Amino acid sequence: MTKKIILLAAMTAPFMIAAQPANAEGDYSAKAIEVFKKDFQPRGQASIDRLAEDGLQAICNRTGNNPSPQSAKQLEADQMSSIKHPADGKLMGDWKEGEKLAQSGRGFTWTDDPGLPVGGNCYNCHQISPKETSYGTIGPSLYQFGKLRGTSEEIQKYTYNKIFNAKSYNACSEMPRFGHVGALKPEQIKHLVALLLDPESPVNK
Amino acid sequence: MKRLIAGMLGGLLVMGGAAAQTDKKPASKPAAKPAAQAVQAAPAAEVKDAATLEFEKFRAEMEDSNPAELFEMKGEEQWKAKRGPKNVSLAESCDLGKGVGQVAGAYVIHPRYYADANAVMDLERRVVWCMVEKQGFKFDDIAKKPFADSNSTPDITNLVTYVATHSKNMKIAVPLDDPKVRDAFETGKAMAAYRAGPYDFSCNTCHSGDGKRIRMQQLPNISTPEGAIKGVQGWPGYRMTGGVMLTHQWRMTDCFRQQRFPQPKYASDAIANLLTYMIGTANGLEYKGPGIKR
Repeated sequence: MTKKIILLAAMTAPFMIAAQPANAEGDYSAKAIEVFKKDFQPRGQASIDRLAEDGLQAICNRTGNNPSPQSAKQLEADQMSSIKHPADGKLMGDWKEGEKLAQSGRGFTWTDDPGLPVGGNCYNCHQISPKETSYGTIGPSLYQFGKLRGTSEEIQKYTYNKIFNAKSYNACSEMPRFGHVGALKPEQIKHLVALLLDPESPVNK
Repeated sequence: MKRLIAGMLGGLLVMGGAAAQTDKKPASKPAAKPAAQAVQAAPAAEVKDAATLEFEKFRAEMEDSNPAELFEMKGEEQWKAKRGPKNVSLAESCDLGKGVGQVAGAYVIHPRYYADANAVMDLERRVVWCMVEKQGFKFDDIAKKPFADSNSTPDITNLVTYVATHSKNMKIAVPLDDPKVRDAFETGKAMAAYRAGPYDFSCNTCHSGDGKRIRMQQLPNISTPEGAIKGVQGWPGYRMTGGVMLTHQWRMTDCFRQQRFPQPKYASDAIANLLTYMIGTANGLEYKGPGIKR
């Protein structure tokens, strides 16, 4: 179980800063948090507690996304330890279901109905199936992901874990922790694993 | 005019569709490539897709009849008319940093610090301040519906569009040598790096690298002058989707929606800081006036 350290410390940072030697950058990150607290308001499902960092976010924020190797290792192990696997132990589902999830970018914004299912947001940032030409480039291309890596148990586990919690391999990865935050359920992540690894998926054709 | 725009947009969408077809080719090719290379085989991100190029051509053609002009004209009337509980005009009371009533070159010198308000203000925030302090409007009434939708456009949007028009083809000149403005810039920069929320996103997740996209939408890299100017250009802008006139404040607010954050308050320090960082980074580059957005 990952400890969700809601860093109250960050919110009271001005007091800490006063006791520390002057550090311009530190001053401004503390000031930035003050402004977020003062000038943001809840709307729809986007409650104000979303502004508070969890332990991992706090360390990434304070190290410019570049924690020390020891710290990174510890964070990654901590994130890894909370990954939940599907009850039946199988990690590959139906790639067609995975494609539908990959297409949907909805969920978690203040205009999204919290009662509706959340999408995988995959095409927002990644090239995946060659049939979809409207894809983002924030993340690497996943075209031929499985063709290049095979479908070994190890690769399946890596792919599943990466989608469940990308921070379990790279502490300050830009990629959201879809399983960790409950955006996607294990059953849905299985479908995305299939989209990337199944030899029948258009990704690997 | 609306019909003309709709017609041209229709044509544009068709062209965009055709472009998407031709885009398919490179994606289906790299099958035979060795592993490491094929992973890198995503099309060069810097290259603009055909739909974007078509839109830019269309935008250039539309420049002489930009729908923003309609809002600008309304804004001019509202700037000059005696309005509000105090029955004064902004033209005779509002100082945008160039002297009372002066609008020429005012948009490109914002955000800036105002001693009378003791705050760093982006242009929209400053006009709101004038409406409240000089004309006697209530801030909460303005903040209740600060942005346009397909039903109505608030006065503040017209006013901002009017002022912005009078900085067309002028160089951005945010006074970063003013310590208060510099402070807002540094705070805005730190805010842009702050990761939080369910998806761990910061502004920089999307806006700190060159040539990145979400789906087909190009993302300006606000950490460089060349990128930051792309984030400034075209605001306030007439958005084809929905046919509404929207301001830079609206753009910032909608970014936070997509970041899965709560909502920034209207005309707040938060937005002024971020705009100081973004517009200040674009200092020295030319602002082309109100634009047209997809």
